[in-house]
Amino acid sequence: MKILVTIKQVASLDEDFEMRGDNRDIDPDFLVHDLNEWDNFTLEEAMRLKEGPGGDNIEVVVATVGPDSADEELRKCLAKGADRAIRVWDDALEEADPIAVARVLAALARRESADLVFAGVQASDHAFGATGMAMAGLLDAPHAAVVAALEYTPGEGTATVRRELEGGTYAVVKINTPAVLTLQLGINTPRYASLRGIKQAAARPIEVVGPVDIGLAAGDTGAAGSLSRVRRMYVPEKGRAQMIEGTPAEQASQLAKIIKEFRGEA
Amino acid sequence: MAGILVVVEHRKGELRPVSRELIGLATSLKASSGEPVQVALIAADPARHAQALQLAGVDEIVTVQSAGDAFDPEVYEASVRALIAARQPSLVLLPHSVDTLGYAAPLVVRDGHGFTTDVFKVERDGDGWVATRSGYGQKVNVEMEFPGHATVVLTVRPGSFKPVEAAGTPAISSLPAPQVTPRSQHLAFEEPAGGDDVDIPGADFILSIGRGVGEEDNVEQFKELSDSVGATLGCSRPIADSGWLPKSRQVGQSGKTAANCKLYVAMGISGSVQHMAGMKHVDTIVAVNTDPEASIFTIAKYGIVGDIFDIGKELQNHF
Repeated sequence: MKILVTIKQVASLDEDFEMRGDNRDIDPDFLVHDLNEWDNFTLEEAMRLKEGPGGDNIEVVVATVGPDSADEELRKCLAKGADRAIRVWDDALEEADPIAVARVLAALARRESADLVFAGVQASDHAFGATGMAMAGLLDAPHAAVVAALEYTPGEGTATVRRELEGGTYAVVKINTPAVLTLQLGINTPRYASLRGIKQAAARPIEVVGPVDIGLAAGDTGAAGSLSRVRRMYVPEKGRAQMIEGTPAEQASQLAKIIKEFRGEA
Repeated sequence: MAGILVVVEHRKGELRPVSRELIGLATSLKASSGEPVQVALIAADPARHAQALQLAGVDEIVTVQSAGDAFDPEVYEASVRALIAARQPSLVLLPHSVDTLGYAAPLVVRDGHGFTTDVFKVERDGDGWVATRSGYGQKVNVEMEFPGHATVVLTVRPGSFKPVEAAGTPAISSLPAPQVTPRSQHLAFEEPAGGDDVDIPGADFILSIGRGVGEEDNVEQFKELSDSVGATLGCSRPIADSGWLPKSRQVGQSGKTAANCKLYVAMGISGSVQHMAGMKHVDTIVAVNTDPEASIFTIAKYGIVGDIFDIGKELQNHF
């Protein structure tokens, strides 16, 4: 069987940054990239099934939508044991919203005939929380969001998932497979890549394909396949704490005073 | 297309508080757009909640009677699809909640509605809607538009709008439940096993630690610190996920709300939306963080840019 793990190269802002000329995004020169935090957990969950009972025949395929630079994140997954990596890109995808990204990943999941698809609940940069479940809608597959525990025996027609709800409650749900699941932080303890794994991953191939190669209509890619458009991005006026300056001793003394006042001792 | 459709959320027989917040947003948008507000309730026993939804500014309550009360993404998707088809709203407001995450994206991607998530501001612009959300780890705001879409579906960040409390006299109607072939089955709700008997919601003084503690061995000194200053020790998600402190001490959306807290000292917590949802209401928040740009400083009353170990050690000397 095959598990498709969809990952994202996320961006965070450098300490100083500038807007892009059209004020609809940040100038890419000021972005720092990394693998989405959630994706460490989705890959680990796939590896856990592969290394568990009956998992011998599981192939773990990791895939992303992104430019050349995203290869770095795919290699991190290869280094931890993923069997294969695929990157889909075309300049037309530049303006894709999460829904348009999901169209690409769903086409890929269809091509790969994946039995399970794992995506992170959300990405740490824009936190839409939409891509994984949109993919499920496009595939018309059973789906569950925000899964904090998964019980699945490879080859079975159902899985049991524990969905993490608000306020510390969980819902236990039995779900038909093939299924698309979005996985939550903390579902497992992600491994670190070994030095040997990292070395080997550097030499492994990454399949690079265009959206049309995997069967996506041109009218479904990028801006055309999106359900939203960024009109403007700006740095908001934010409230700012009253900063306590000084040496650590002086700062701590102010904090002690706040605590003692609260306790009615000052 | 006219009308603002709110889909409320309930769990274990209780309406979730975000429901009234959505109605608050909808009724304020009614004032700027002139569009009527319809509130939809999908439940096994709609009468149970209908009374609580008879709120000022609501024009109509539409109920869909579902077979069960536990959330099923297929039932919600089909029901909201039927509601949109029947009422043709220009705007659909859903809570940005765990349940909605499970069905909103599948719905819009199949039906082609305008869509974005986790919005905290919605405005009318001409004939269309513009919604604002955060980007790049809350460092920027992003205005989203939805050109060419007659219906826009938004998930709204809990805690962003004032709930409606005043009663009203909306019309009440119902829609037949659509046929759904179940593909998943709710088995049970579970509360996590209580790690210790700490009472985060009841505590009036909480000292919380986050990723800044670095490693498990460092947790002990903050336990001691919280004891000496008389605080309840809380934590952010990564600490609980790593098993360094029990889940019962986690403050935030998926943990506990610091409901009665008056003083909250956040040490080494950068301040995710999810964490802040559980504590941003606290009167006096003091944040200690090495990163002067950490989000937590935007909601704290007092801020200390510094090393939590240095500050902790110095603070200990005062107690």
